[in-house]
Amino acid sequence: MKVIEVENLTKKFGSFTAVDNISFSVEKGEIFGFLGANGAGKTTAMRMLCGLLSPTSGKGVVAGYDILHDSEKVKASIGYMSQKFALYEDLKVWENIRLYAGIYGVSEKETRERTQLLLAELGFEKERNSLVKSLPLGWRQKLAFSVSIFHNPSIVFLDEPTGGVDPVTRRQFWEMIYQASERGITVFVTTHYMDEAEYCNRVSIMVDGRIDALDSPASLRKEFGAADMDEVFRKLARKSKNNGL
Amino acid sequence: MLKYLLEKEFKQFFRNKALPKIAVVMPFMAILIFPLVANFEIKNINLTVVDNDKSTISRELTEKVRSGGYFRISEVADNYQEAMRGIELNTSDMILEIPAYFERDIVKEGTARLYIAANAVSGTKGGLGSAYLAGIVGDFNKNISTVLKDGAITISPRFWYNPRLLYTHFMVPALMVMVLAMVCGFLPALNIVGEKESGTIEQINVTPVKKLTFILSKLIPYWIIGFVVLTICFLAAWMAYGLVPVGSLATIYLFAALFVLSFSGFGLVISNYATTLQQAMFMMFFFLLTFIFMSGLYTPVANMPDWAQKLSIISPLKYIIIVLRQVYLKGSGFSELLTSFWMLSAFAVFFNGWAVLSYRKKS
Repeated sequence: MKVIEVENLTKKFGSFTAVDNISFSVEKGEIFGFLGANGAGKTTAMRMLCGLLSPTSGKGVVAGYDILHDSEKVKASIGYMSQKFALYEDLKVWENIRLYAGIYGVSEKETRERTQLLLAELGFEKERNSLVKSLPLGWRQKLAFSVSIFHNPSIVFLDEPTGGVDPVTRRQFWEMIYQASERGITVFVTTHYMDEAEYCNRVSIMVDGRIDALDSPASLRKEFGAADMDEVFRKLARKSKNNGL
Repeated sequence: MLKYLLEKEFKQFFRNKALPKIAVVMPFMAILIFPLVANFEIKNINLTVVDNDKSTISRELTEKVRSGGYFRISEVADNYQEAMRGIELNTSDMILEIPAYFERDIVKEGTARLYIAANAVSGTKGGLGSAYLAGIVGDFNKNISTVLKDGAITISPRFWYNPRLLYTHFMVPALMVMVLAMVCGFLPALNIVGEKESGTIEQINVTPVKKLTFILSKLIPYWIIGFVVLTICFLAAWMAYGLVPVGSLATIYLFAALFVLSFSGFGLVISNYATTLQQAMFMMFFFLLTFIFMSGLYTPVANMPDWAQKLSIISPLKYIIIVLRQVYLKGSGFSELLTSFWMLSAFAVFFNGWAVLSYRKKS
């Protein structure tokens, strides 16, 4: 079953084409890596899929809803963790969970019970009443991810979730992503770390607003005759008109 | 959904180090200090006296001017040129020149001339100063001439509603409005733009929160805070000046509720168009100043040129200032304030409708 289907999606800002006629689809439960150099159009494409940005042309269906006409319904069935850290720093850990759970309509009783469980799983019991601004970045990112899937969305969009996070925490973060995937949540993730790309079921690589490659990491390595995803990425990125090389 | 968002707003407000304190201190500051400094009564006018006569009468006149309380005789100059230097150096505001043979002329011919020159760079000070001085001289004139003993007409004015013509009583109700506008206009505007800058608004925009719910979550807290601030203003005015409204407090609260709603709505409109705090501050200051000058807070609207009077209908502050002054000083009731009621209601609907429509969850 396809949970994301995109056909000829395009976004232009004036004369600049940020996303150029991309088409792809994502299966339910998949971990889909969305790769590309800075400015390749990843974030723009993701924002269109989340209903934050209107496409110039083309169509997209996310969780069964049209992103152009039913964006509010799309929003009810997805989770989103943005590039910028987006929890409220002046709210406590449990208050952030309660706020977002409440917004998505999770009942108060369920929220209370599951907050306990979640904090235990994360090993955050002691931080329940800490203000989010007092937590280290890695902890915040784990918390932000947990909050973004607290309402059991069918898809979660992660925009560079591990930027600036240490390798140990990154590892733990990916374990959390696998757990979410096992629960049946489709994971759509952008990243700059090529080792992380290896963890994905399939990856797409964007160059200058277009998707230049889309397959499983193993097939891509074979196709490009590369030892690892890093080499695949560099071979593709070299073709870009605006990479300054 | 609204419940959770409101909880969040209140927690953030009370956790903020500065905001709760400002909300309490600002009304006190405004009510206790502003009326004393924003006062149009002219006192302490620096006067230079050029006494070319040096007679008994000229000295008596100088003494009378000094004792009036309005003038401070800063220097006594030998000639007019020297006195003008004082004006040029800004040590003196006015010159009173008593010509030579002043006493002789009065005694012999029954008439004499005095010269008054005023520095009119500050028009009010110059104009009022000359008028005061002319008044004092006229009074002096009456004392030395013995005519008009019988049948002299005395006018005793009676000032209604503010019998002692206290400037503070006129200013305080209007200053309450200014405080309310500052708190309820700036805070919601800066709050939303702050969320834009920190990126948290994007996280809210990607949830299924309804636009109206989001706007209400920003509006209601400042509405309540507005009531608290207004109540503090009432208390401060009562404690400092013994000023209590002649009319009913309920009328004031009703109109204040409408005003806060409309002005917070205005703040939200600004926040929807500003992308940075700097832009939002700049826009708010521009409009707030325009609204204040058009409102009749300092100068009566009826004194403005025709076009400005017409323009003043766009200032929500004008209507609420009318209400507060009327209820505080005259005791007007709801039925006498209908125009203000309809105008403020119209502003509330207009600005809040605009705020909901211009708030974009999707760009």
